[in-house]
Amino acid sequence: MNRINKKLQEDKKMLSIYFTAGYPKLNDTVPIIEELEKNGVDLIEIGLPFSDPLADGPTIQQSSTAALKNGMHTELLFQQLKGIRKTVSVPLIIMGYFNPVLQYGVEAFCKKCQEIGIDGLILPDLPLDVYQEEYKSIFEKYGLINVFLITPQTSEARIKAIDDASEGFIYMVSSASTTGAKEGFGPEQKAYFERITEMKLKNPQIVGFGISNSDTFQQATQKTKGAIIGSAFIKHLSQKGVSKIGQFVKGIR
Amino acid sequence: MKTYHADERGYYGEFGGAFIPEMLYPNCEELRQNYLRIMEEPSFQKEFHQLLKDYVGRPTPLYFAKRLSEKYNTKIYLKREDLCHTGAHKVNNTIGQILMAKKLGKNRIIAETGAGQHGVATATVCALMGIECVVYMGEIDIARQAPNVARMKMLGTEVRPALSGSRTLKDATNEAIRDWINNPVDTHYIIGSVVGPHPYPDMVARFQSVISEEIKWQLKEKEGRENPDYVVACVGGGSNAAGAYYHYLDVPDVGIIAVEAAGKGINSGESAATSALGKVGIIHGSKTLLMQTDDGQITEPYSISAGLDYPGVGPMHAHLFKSGRGEFISITDDKAMTAGLALCQLEGIIPAIETSHAFAIFEERQFEKDDVVVVNLSGRGDKDLRNYIDYFRL
Ligand SMILES: Cc1ncc(COP(=O)(O)O)c(C=O)c1O
Repeated sequence: MNRINKKLQEDKKMLSIYFTAGYPKLNDTVPIIEELEKNGVDLIEIGLPFSDPLADGPTIQQSSTAALKNGMHTELLFQQLKGIRKTVSVPLIIMGYFNPVLQYGVEAFCKKCQEIGIDGLILPDLPLDVYQEEYKSIFEKYGLINVFLITPQTSEARIKAIDDASEGFIYMVSSASTTGAKEGFGPEQKAYFERITEMKLKNPQIVGFGISNSDTFQQATQKTKGAIIGSAFIKHLSQKGVSKIGQFVKGIR
Repeated sequence: MKTYHADERGYYGEFGGAFIPEMLYPNCEELRQNYLRIMEEPSFQKEFHQLLKDYVGRPTPLYFAKRLSEKYNTKIYLKREDLCHTGAHKVNNTIGQILMAKKLGKNRIIAETGAGQHGVATATVCALMGIECVVYMGEIDIARQAPNVARMKMLGTEVRPALSGSRTLKDATNEAIRDWINNPVDTHYIIGSVVGPHPYPDMVARFQSVISEEIKWQLKEKEGRENPDYVVACVGGGSNAAGAYYHYLDVPDVGIIAVEAAGKGINSGESAATSALGKVGIIHGSKTLLMQTDDGQITEPYSISAGLDYPGVGPMHAHLFKSGRGEFISITDDKAMTAGLALCQLEGIIPAIETSHAFAIFEERQFEKDDVVVVNLSGRGDKDLRNYIDYFRL
């Protein structure tokens, strides 16, 4: 069984953390992952930096630009992660934009992921229909779970189609926004969380965007399986450094 | 039948489609489901053509360039898009899209701009319709294109600097897309070229297709035939070219020539010749040819003309290139500037520097004496005076 599915069976709310590989320093990737696991984070999303991250707000844009400037690239990320399964057992997901994956070669990329022990991918600009027609068989061959996003504007019919196509969890974008743009949740989000819960989807939902502290984590996970923190973690990392990761995670739950 | 137009999923051969994050799916889907229906509505057609006639000043003349023809020993016609209101073809598209936005019930417009031509054309139609408008422009371009920034402001538009990445056109486009993600319900995004996710390339090409629609009957009047031997246009994103080619795409007798900006030379590292330097990838939601590193990071192009300074090209053009239907030529800054000055002095027309690239092909390539060659004169040079002054030390 894929590590993601196994993890999701645990009777607890999932805390998932996103960070950009190669940031703050080029070789921080592995120490960050190890610190996150040590502090009890349930899922880790490793951001593969891209020059034009159009779904991201300023924080992740800046970390991506800095990571690329530091010299991060796809092959290097794979080299850094090569021995990661000797020390880390938490599910690992690579999150990035489709173009760098396309240039690496989708099959070669997936094969590398399997060798390393990556469990899933989140590629927001790889659309559902293209995935199903062209790439699904490749992802499956290498045991990778592809995670799809839904937003408050996603139609019910499309949510059902996405639920059918999903095999791990659904990434529930909390509001119409880029990453890090909005903080906290209003009545609109609460209604949205409820609406989705009532759909009784086969896949658990993990909420992302707008979660930055224990309050927002609580609110986001009341009705859902978990929540993802990205921009707030990256800000903490920039200010306090890798050694203070524990402090951040303990502040969440 | 073999066609070079988009299929119903927005693909031109292997290029096109909609590679967008889910946040943009409802916006693009709403547009995709409605654009053809709305464009075909008689009320839409009537208002669109009325505005093109009375406000933009269409039809634009098809002018036989006698002295230029003599110089190159062939028959050259100029399609005078430079005479459009606001000075370039860009307004054909913004008129169409503002009417589209109204039909979709949108009350806020966003756009990206590089040189500011599309920004001005968008600001203009928003003033015309009394609709709020925000234009994203790279911080570096804002500094380089001060007159167009001032124009947009006078027209009541807010110009927001794009501070991310390389702070030029591609980043302005990213910022506009991010704005759309954050405002998915009330806002329409007016893209300025035949780029971006489906249905934009096809929609913009259709709005610009008025150019070749007019060429057909104008050439019939002048030459007794609708089809020229060649249609020539400069290609940044590709919208003026798409409009000039549109009704000839599936007419094999008409040669299609696309002129890209070579900047300081294809191999100089400072170029915007996407067909020569690009590889297949995803940019701004479209699968097309784009300039990128081996690692898939999008690189910064260079051209003396800000309007050709885009690292990608529309999917229609990627397909024209890949299939061999189009002949692609790239022209350096120096050759373009020289050709622009020659046009001034032979025909009394000061072209935009983008357009000057198209005129340089007559130095690069021979035509037969009785060939009819239509060059799309996409814009006028007023906006480029600063560059012309500096280059020629005027
Ligand atoms: C006069 C003129 N021609 C051409 C272009 C290039 O755009 P496109 O390739 O979409 O026609 C521009 C863009 O700003 C322009 O202003």
